[in-house]
Amino acid sequence: MAVTTSSPQTQVYARTVFFDRLRKYLFFAMLAFWAALSLAPLYFTLVFSFKPVADVYTPPIWAPIPFTLDNYITILGTFQLFPRWVWNSVFISVIITIFRVLFCAMAGYAFARIEFPLKSFWFNLLLISMMMPGVVTLIPSFLIIGPGLIRGGLQLGDLRIPTGFGLIDNPWGVILPGMADAFGVFMMTQFYKSFPKELEEAAMMDGSGRWGTFFRIVLPISQTQLITLALLTFQGAWNNFMWPLLVLRSPEQFTLPIGLQWFRGEYYTLYSVILAGSIFNTLPILIIFFVFQQYFVRSIAATGSKEG
Amino acid sequence: MRTRTDRRKWVDALNGYLFISPWLIIFIIFSLISLGYAVYLSFTEYNLLRPPRWWGLEGYQRVLEDELFIAKALPNTFKYVLIVVPIQTFLSLVLAFAMDQNLRFQRFFRTIFYLPSVTSSVVISLIFIWLFAPQGIFNQITGLTVNWLDDPRTAFYVIMGMNIFTTSGTLMLIFLAGLQDIPLAVYEAAEIDGANGLQKFFYITVPMLRPVIFFVVTVGVIGCFQVFDQIFVMTNGGPLDSTTTITYLIYKWAFRDTRIQMGQASALAVILTLIILAVTLLQRRVIEGSGSGAER
Repeated sequence: MAVTTSSPQTQVYARTVFFDRLRKYLFFAMLAFWAALSLAPLYFTLVFSFKPVADVYTPPIWAPIPFTLDNYITILGTFQLFPRWVWNSVFISVIITIFRVLFCAMAGYAFARIEFPLKSFWFNLLLISMMMPGVVTLIPSFLIIGPGLIRGGLQLGDLRIPTGFGLIDNPWGVILPGMADAFGVFMMTQFYKSFPKELEEAAMMDGSGRWGTFFRIVLPISQTQLITLALLTFQGAWNNFMWPLLVLRSPEQFTLPIGLQWFRGEYYTLYSVILAGSIFNTLPILIIFFVFQQYFVRSIAATGSKEG
Repeated sequence: MRTRTDRRKWVDALNGYLFISPWLIIFIIFSLISLGYAVYLSFTEYNLLRPPRWWGLEGYQRVLEDELFIAKALPNTFKYVLIVVPIQTFLSLVLAFAMDQNLRFQRFFRTIFYLPSVTSSVVISLIFIWLFAPQGIFNQITGLTVNWLDDPRTAFYVIMGMNIFTTSGTLMLIFLAGLQDIPLAVYEAAEIDGANGLQKFFYITVPMLRPVIFFVVTVGVIGCFQVFDQIFVMTNGGPLDSTTTITYLIYKWAFRDTRIQMGQASALAVILTLIILAVTLLQRRVIEGSGSGAER
């Protein structure tokens, strides 16, 4: 913008400058308002998580008066299940993240670089599956993870092949279907396609095979993209609700979101404790978000512009 | 020489399949087989206790005759999509446009706007239950005495508002990336021709952003048709079924009701998939057909 207020030459010009400024103030006010709105729920949650249980609806709403740490003490000390839920959430999210990033990078690399039979067939299936809503496979996926598609297994002569994993109420039941997915593979394929292949070719010339090249050269140089996918995956797994809700049954196995929801049903009057728990669930993601902010922004920008 | 290229081809084929195998196995089990089985189940009666019993279109007919589906879940779902998608799309576009003016604190705003979407749907729902309780902070600030989530006239709108609130930040970032791709020269040319701000917005920004708008609307439609977490946590489909949506009904039939009906629930899941597919295609027509300037 070369427009400055110091040298208005004509009246028309001055008027444009005035409207330009007015518009800027309006936009700024709008942004500030939405920012306040975005912060408000978390701010109030934080404030009231430091107020006594009895004061859960009592003003003042802007500051934790009277101040107490009781809710956090309840969570970390008295209420044994809570640390377990945190641990379960961490375990499930970390394992899913590691596997999904590795498997999606492998498949994406193959789709971008290696020639193999039926490649375009599988890739088109992958693209179609991305448009398929998740609910439609929910019931069969549940049966596969749990009791099996066919009760008692598939009978082939004397052979009985189980059709389900029997992983209900087991963290691996949550992990298994999340270990690879179409979106991640698509994202990595697009990335490797746009990536110069000279470095890999040099390595292949030097006699390291596909696998050696992949683990020693390709993975390290695609670090940024892998971190982006890892963050998206971790966030998704950490906050996931519907699938763990179906798979996990006993309170000891719950993840944090399932646990918080269950806690609310059991101890409705202790809402301040729920608020403290909510802070606990949000904090790790917030920290990760602040540390890796540019990766988050990158990933979102990428999802938008690549697929239009 | 020929044998060497043959061998190379063979090695590539093997390696290719080894590289995609982890994904492929999961894809075949949890997408292909699952989808096929869902379609099969939709033609059966299945209550988990006895093996599925084939009954053809009976399940579909029962879905279409179900009072809860016809009178509540179906209209509620469409109402939800028709209210949430346009508002969140427009709101995030306007916010992105404001962000693109290079005002001060841009980075700060970007961070803050994204905050609601990093919070889990359950946590944000739990917070909103508390904020919108009869003695909650929302009523305290506004001086109202509405029992938001227990009143069939208001509960659904609170959920809609909350979801607009949580997704607009992400969508805004998508739009912002799209806006920054529009070459400045186009705006400058329009300025020389005497276009004002509003004209620039509607005649340059919106048409140039058409692919991004299509993406945001598609993601919004697919997501909104499947809204579940928030409803499960905040209202359980109530009060008086005023917040029961199709996905919640699928869950209810398949997992929650005392008489489990996985076949009928699968039929509804197939119907929902067809609805989403139809709406996505229709909307693609509308967005791409409404102008000639579709870029990508």
